[in-house]
Amino acid sequence: MSKMYKISKERLDELYAAVSAVKSLYLPVRSGENQSEFKKWSDQSDVCLDSLNTVKSAKELFFPQSENLISFKVSGKDIELVEDRDPSEPFVLFGVRACDAKSFSILDSVFLSDPVDTFYKSRRENGTVVTLACRAPEETCFCGTFGIDASDPAGGDVKTWLTDTELYWEAVSEKGEELTKLLTGILSEADADADTKAVDDLKKNTKEILARLPLADLKLDYFSGDRLNEKLNDVFYAPQWQELYKSCLGCGTCTFVCPTCQCYDIRDFDTGHGIKRFRCWDSCMYSDFTKMAHGNPRTSQLERFRQRFMHKLVYYPANNGGEYSCVGCGRCLAKCPVSMNIVKVIKAFGGEKA
Amino acid sequence: MNNDVLIPQIGIVTDIRTDTPDVKTFRVNAPKGGKCFEHMPGQCAMLSMPGVGEAMFSITSSPTNREFMEFSIKRCGGFTEWLHQIEVGQAVTIRGPYGHAFPVDTALKGRDLLFIAGGIGLAPLRSVIDYCLARRSDYGKIDIVYGSRSADDLVDIDEIRNVWMNAENVDVHLTIDRPQEGWEGHVGFVPAYVKELNFDTDKTALLCGPPIMIKFTLASLQEMGYDKTQVYTTMELRMKCGVGKCGRCNIGSKYVCKDGPVFRCDQLDELPNEY
Repeated sequence: MSKMYKISKERLDELYAAVSAVKSLYLPVRSGENQSEFKKWSDQSDVCLDSLNTVKSAKELFFPQSENLISFKVSGKDIELVEDRDPSEPFVLFGVRACDAKSFSILDSVFLSDPVDTFYKSRRENGTVVTLACRAPEETCFCGTFGIDASDPAGGDVKTWLTDTELYWEAVSEKGEELTKLLTGILSEADADADTKAVDDLKKNTKEILARLPLADLKLDYFSGDRLNEKLNDVFYAPQWQELYKSCLGCGTCTFVCPTCQCYDIRDFDTGHGIKRFRCWDSCMYSDFTKMAHGNPRTSQLERFRQRFMHKLVYYPANNGGEYSCVGCGRCLAKCPVSMNIVKVIKAFGGEKA
Repeated sequence: MNNDVLIPQIGIVTDIRTDTPDVKTFRVNAPKGGKCFEHMPGQCAMLSMPGVGEAMFSITSSPTNREFMEFSIKRCGGFTEWLHQIEVGQAVTIRGPYGHAFPVDTALKGRDLLFIAGGIGLAPLRSVIDYCLARRSDYGKIDIVYGSRSADDLVDIDEIRNVWMNAENVDVHLTIDRPQEGWEGHVGFVPAYVKELNFDTDKTALLCGPPIMIKFTLASLQEMGYDKTQVYTTMELRMKCGVGKCGRCNIGSKYVCKDGPVFRCDQLDELPNEY
């Protein structure tokens, strides 16, 4: 295990400034009452480490809501390609919760599989992820269902824990070690006994809260085994969908706040000086998502609703060794205007302990 | 210039042939001549005009054509409307090739082949047919059943009459939906005509056309004694990326752009019926 460091909570601005002097620093900044978003730090930022989830997930640092792919200059019959990729520079993403940190590996399986998405890859390579353990998981949290430990987040480069007085810091990758080196003089070495105990106490306390959460016993047993393969159609044609979809408005909010949703659209925009081709988030819940010139294979909200959950709970795991495309962050539970969400789907398929 | 798979290259339309009232065939070359890239029969490419649209098309020409690529395209949406009004010399963007090809060098090799196409469904099969004709000794007897709404809707009838009908050990069976003055060939729908032709079952069939035609022709073939493992077809769903990431053509655990568009018909049984 790597060495643990610490910095007092009052001096966090010094830490942010030191990181910021070398790389862009993104972290949760208050954006409204009980709301935060990942934003670039400045000394004016109202940093918000006590909010659990940012409104949009941290995926947008690697897979932005909209990004330029290329531009074109069109004159007469000719087309000229104009390099117009948004520059990717080294950055630090601080305050990532365990659920969002896990989502990066789920997105990696999509974007880094052959053929590699170089836009995503360059951001992943440039990004150093500093996770932040949860102290106060909420009723909407169910990361435990996916084997994620909110008290000890995996998938980042540095792990941190925030107590009432201190931020504890532990590098867990080479990139994390490099960042730690940059902060020599800002971080001090943690005490082997007292500080280790403080972190252990925090972990223990978080685990106790997690065990008492209303969704602590949510189980995915139904979405496993041959239902992911030869009996996949049993899930697809299950009667549950007939009821579940009914409340869905098709607004796509769940998709946009979801850390693992990765569907995208490619569109052109005429700037007046040329054509920008950009990629932006899209949603399989939208009626024109699959629309072709000669027809649309998913004409009903039932089909579109089913597609989203089949993908997360059946298709993605079928292609990725049983790993689900959900991290239990609970954003869709909090944000869906009609309170329809993946937990209701899992429960409808027997996911609740009797 | 970055070389992401989503970034296209420039292609120049060097010839445009009007095949039918709503199908034109576009010849595309790299700006310096030659082909933009190599492909195998059944694979697709993304064609686009910036600001107009980008869409996936099967590559109609055979890879054995060393000089150019061709795309037979039906006018049926915004981008294809645009394509149908361009002139020779127009630049487009092109990226690919995408997807799995027909197994021309494995499962199809040495076999008697039965090609069955409806309407614009000939576009992907033409690539295979011309590939097989260029390597004639690698394949057995070739039968081609091709149907369209009318005699005017048969795509590239000149090649069919002048090349295919004169090729060695190749039989071409044309049909149109309704009787028409001057048409002395067969009249009737493809699924019924296939049964009427009563092919022996020791063939591999390649089937492409409108979904309804595929469905009924597959049923005809099964009634004749064909197993689904003997029949290949292509699927079409909306696509944006072409590489299995944008999510649009996801059906079951497959992405049509990358796992297809060519499927053996028994493989389709594993997919939800959502196409």
